[in-house]
Amino acid sequence: MKSGSNLEKVLEGGYFAVTAEVGPPKGTDIKEMIHHMELLKGKLAAVNVTDNQSAVMRICSLAVCKVAMEHGVEPILQMTCRDRNRIGLQSDLLGASILGIKNVLCMTGDHVSAGDHKGAKPVYDIESVQLLKAVDGLNNGKDMSGNELKGATDFFQGAVVTPEASPLEPQLMKFDKKVKAGAKFFQTQAIYDIEKFKEFMKHARKFPVKILAGFVVLKSVGMANFLNNNVPGIRVPQALIDELKAAGKEKALDTGMNITARHIKQLKDEKICDGVHIMAIGMEDKVPMIMERAGLL
Amino acid sequence: MIVGEQKPFEEIWEMIKSFRKVLVFGCNTCVAICHAGGGKEAEILASMIRMKAVQEGMSMEVKHAAIERHCEPEFFDTVIEDVKTYDVVLSTACGVGVNFLAERIGDIPVFPGVNTQFFGAVPKAGVFVELCAGCGNCILHLTGGICPVARCSKSLMNGPCGGTNKGKCEISQDVDCGWSLIVERMKKLGTLEKLYEIQPPRNWSTGAFGSPRRVVLEHIKDIEEQEGKN
Repeated sequence: MKSGSNLEKVLEGGYFAVTAEVGPPKGTDIKEMIHHMELLKGKLAAVNVTDNQSAVMRICSLAVCKVAMEHGVEPILQMTCRDRNRIGLQSDLLGASILGIKNVLCMTGDHVSAGDHKGAKPVYDIESVQLLKAVDGLNNGKDMSGNELKGATDFFQGAVVTPEASPLEPQLMKFDKKVKAGAKFFQTQAIYDIEKFKEFMKHARKFPVKILAGFVVLKSVGMANFLNNNVPGIRVPQALIDELKAAGKEKALDTGMNITARHIKQLKDEKICDGVHIMAIGMEDKVPMIMERAGLL
Repeated sequence: MIVGEQKPFEEIWEMIKSFRKVLVFGCNTCVAICHAGGGKEAEILASMIRMKAVQEGMSMEVKHAAIERHCEPEFFDTVIEDVKTYDVVLSTACGVGVNFLAERIGDIPVFPGVNTQFFGAVPKAGVFVELCAGCGNCILHLTGGICPVARCSKSLMNGPCGGTNKGKCEISQDVDCGWSLIVERMKKLGTLEKLYEIQPPRNWSTGAFGSPRRVVLEHIKDIEEQEGKN
């Protein structure tokens, strides 16, 4: 352990790590984002800063990571391979390093067709596995062409995995490759079925990596159905949809928060994984309340 | 084969409407098979242009012609002098043909009547699919004969992304996930474990994003060298 990352310290120390995320806004008005950072400050191991999520153009992750640090929040720099080639990615990683960013999350990135610049040229010069290897190389003082660096990076690098991908086998293969490529921690796609997640953990526990289960709070029955029908690798069980239905429209969000808190508590109490990652998607202000209900604050 | 689609008529009309003597020039190889720019399509397009000219009250002389191939010089021999008598040539060959003709036709403009799409196969009549990206660095022996460069929307080398869903790609339910196809094929071949090897970053310089590519056969290289010395 040398990165100086708080997230690494928490995970390596065997504590239950909680991370959330901040989505940079589209435009230069960052008041609301800073408000969210202040709400999360001191409560979490680290906060992900997304990288043009869903291929929608926004403030770059790197700049927002710096702002997060200035507001007392340890950032996890999300890096996708969609918008930069290997020169750009490595250059930004060196930049992140000198700014004091310790954590990086390597992903391939949603296709440009999902976003708001559909005619953009997607890059994908390298992808998540190769980016993880590149980070490992930079940490060891070498760039992707094998050139010596004047000063290495010291990132704590992670990746993502979808435990409920269908079919699962290719996803597990990629998980194995990401571990081999140097991933130290994983944040998962949103999970809603703890029993199924336990099955995934049986596989994951064969590897010396830390797993943070992903959570997206259900706000309504409509949202649950939308996730089931449109988002690859997310499956909300019927029992949870029924629970939301029974709560009625007014109490749906509150029930969704209870479901998330209940699941988080179970994961922690039964020591199923090493932490959780709460993706609030516009409801960052609700994260502390969810943590409180899960007994984490 | 090279697959193309005829450009929208309005776009074609905007290109050529200021010219008086127009040749619609078809190619009877690839683009004829995909009904985009063979002799027959050139003839139809020429009559559409004539009708449009009449509608617009413009006097325009529009002829059509076609040759077997627009990508080899000998096929032009019998027609090139005639082609040079027009004000403009609307080529319905692929982009290769447009470029190749432009180099041979002096100061007459050549415009494209076709959007050249990809090189692909014809799984059934009227359907054309892209199977190879012409990357110049083939790895089909590693992926069960299914190309991740052409058939994965992100040209990934190490397996599917998180957007794969029940065999389909995140960009559309109409697009197969190339990596799902690869995994299934490798399973059938009993070589799935090969996919667990990490593929290093690719050298893309052999592909279309490097520099303009040229292949010269060995014995021709020798002749070119000799000619250079003389």
